[in-house]
Amino acid sequence: MTLEIDILHRLGGFTLEAKLTAPAGLTALFGPSGSGKTSVINLVAGLMKPDRGRIVIDGEVLVHTEGSIFVPAYKRRIGYVFQEGRLFPHLSVRQNLLYGRWFSSLGGDGVEDVVELLGIGALLDRRPEGLSGGEKQRVAIGRALLANPRLILMDEPLASLDEARKAEILPYIERLRDESRVPILYVSHSLSEVTRLATALAILSDGRIAAAGPTDQIMQRFDLLPPSARDEAGSILETRVESHDDAYGLTTLRARAGSVRVPRIELSAGQPVRIRIRARDVMVATERPQGLSALNILAGTVSEVGGADGPAADLRIDCAGEIVTARVTRHSIATLNLRPGMPVYAVIKSVAFDRRSIGAPIQDAGEL
Amino acid sequence: MDWLALSQEEWDAIRLSLRVAAVAMIATLPFGLAMALLLARTRFWGKSLVNGLIHLPLVLPPVVTGFLLLILFGRKGPIGGFLADHLGIVFSFRWTGAALAGAVMGFPLMVRAMRLSIEAVDRRLEAAAGTLGASPLWVFLTITLPLILPGIIAGMILSFAKAMGEFGATITFVSNIPGETQTVPSAIYALTQTPGDDAAAYRLTLVSIAVSMAALIASEWLARRVDRRIGPE
Repeated sequence: MTLEIDILHRLGGFTLEAKLTAPAGLTALFGPSGSGKTSVINLVAGLMKPDRGRIVIDGEVLVHTEGSIFVPAYKRRIGYVFQEGRLFPHLSVRQNLLYGRWFSSLGGDGVEDVVELLGIGALLDRRPEGLSGGEKQRVAIGRALLANPRLILMDEPLASLDEARKAEILPYIERLRDESRVPILYVSHSLSEVTRLATALAILSDGRIAAAGPTDQIMQRFDLLPPSARDEAGSILETRVESHDDAYGLTTLRARAGSVRVPRIELSAGQPVRIRIRARDVMVATERPQGLSALNILAGTVSEVGGADGPAADLRIDCAGEIVTARVTRHSIATLNLRPGMPVYAVIKSVAFDRRSIGAPIQDAGEL
Repeated sequence: MDWLALSQEEWDAIRLSLRVAAVAMIATLPFGLAMALLLARTRFWGKSLVNGLIHLPLVLPPVVTGFLLLILFGRKGPIGGFLADHLGIVFSFRWTGAALAGAVMGFPLMVRAMRLSIEAVDRRLEAAAGTLGASPLWVFLTITLPLILPGIIAGMILSFAKAMGEFGATITFVSNIPGETQTVPSAIYALTQTPGDDAAAYRLTLVSIAVSMAALIASEWLARRVDRRIGPE
């Protein structure tokens, strides 16, 4: 599946001019409030009509203003999970889930799988008004999924939930991303959700796509991120749980770049975890440091020096093929004479990882 | 308790009132719903004029409404003459005329109740149904209609009660003929004009109070239900 968007739309004094290709997997549309994220997916869903442009999904033209093509929302087969759920209050959970089936020829096939995937079996006979926020969102995801969509849009589906409810839903969205073949376009202004979920990332700023590409590549480029998110920029490592150290409350993760110790997480050995290492949390040493409290020392080579921003610059370090980004002062770059090709050590404190930078529940998170 | 027993004439008046009110309510339902949708969901030139015309019977003296009906729907009136000649429907001095008078008087109440419930529907739910594959007609039938049902029923009850109690327009348009156009209010009026029949007037008054109270309570209850069902999550 590919989704191509190339549209121009004016809303009052705001101009949205977005050009984007979304591949399979979960593509996050990231940006601050008011950057036009929701407008983009409303245009894709057919809830809004662009002033100009085209939207094509798998070669089928949904919108082409020059050719006067506008496929109405109900004929697009694009699922939509809204921020506030929008379950039908007069229908039971089961009837909500099956609503899209009334208009397709699928009957009841696959309902059990979706109910199982989302863990909503016990809710089927209840009314939406009695559900918790997290349960409502799971039902809303199931409802969109059961309408047999070729693309699912999610508009900040976790924004109205507290941290506990978010933690409850995130694994289901991960399973959806990994187990169903339906691609997802996910709107968020939360970098932690993006880190954990997105396979591709598009950054929207003032109605324009500022950058788009694989999540790990975009996250390294803090100059592309909106100012509010720059402190959070860094590299994303795909890791697996190797072992736990209960005595010290630590978990060792294995990444290609090396092993990384983080606060104890609640996953068993062998399970995959994505971690984000903030560039500003990484120190750089030219020799392997001794007598240091930081637990994580990754060996690598400087691959790029750049992205100067005031006193700081970012350093991309190639650690066995994975890129770790470090944000250091230009002063340090000069005094250490850091340059591409130079072997260095990236140093990261374990306590720099918190629940916003680890894609898994942290035990006794406390202040972390 | 003998004075509570209803005479044959009184039963006739009650039966006629019920029939007049039921016919008025059912006949206006499609028009009332269409008008409520038009006013709640569309914008058009002259909308406030249409809105005013519909509400006119609420503020106009009922005698004036009855007189206008007589002019328009009487045997020689432009509409009444046409209907009598081509469809065989006669209003003047028939129970059908009483139903028409009741319908016109109850119409604003019906439209108002339905319009409010349509305006209270969260349109985002309709958009959500659209993304699930429901065409606009299906969205109306499966989302909008069930959500406004209490409002529709409340509007029907109000229009029924109004038609049941209509007097001024009825007596002006179709007079006060026992067994044909003498509804409960007309019968009470006739009884108060002749000395010595107070007990009959009391009985019919009690019937009127009971029917009106029941209608008000039912519509209040339904209004609360509509709030609960389509209010914010």
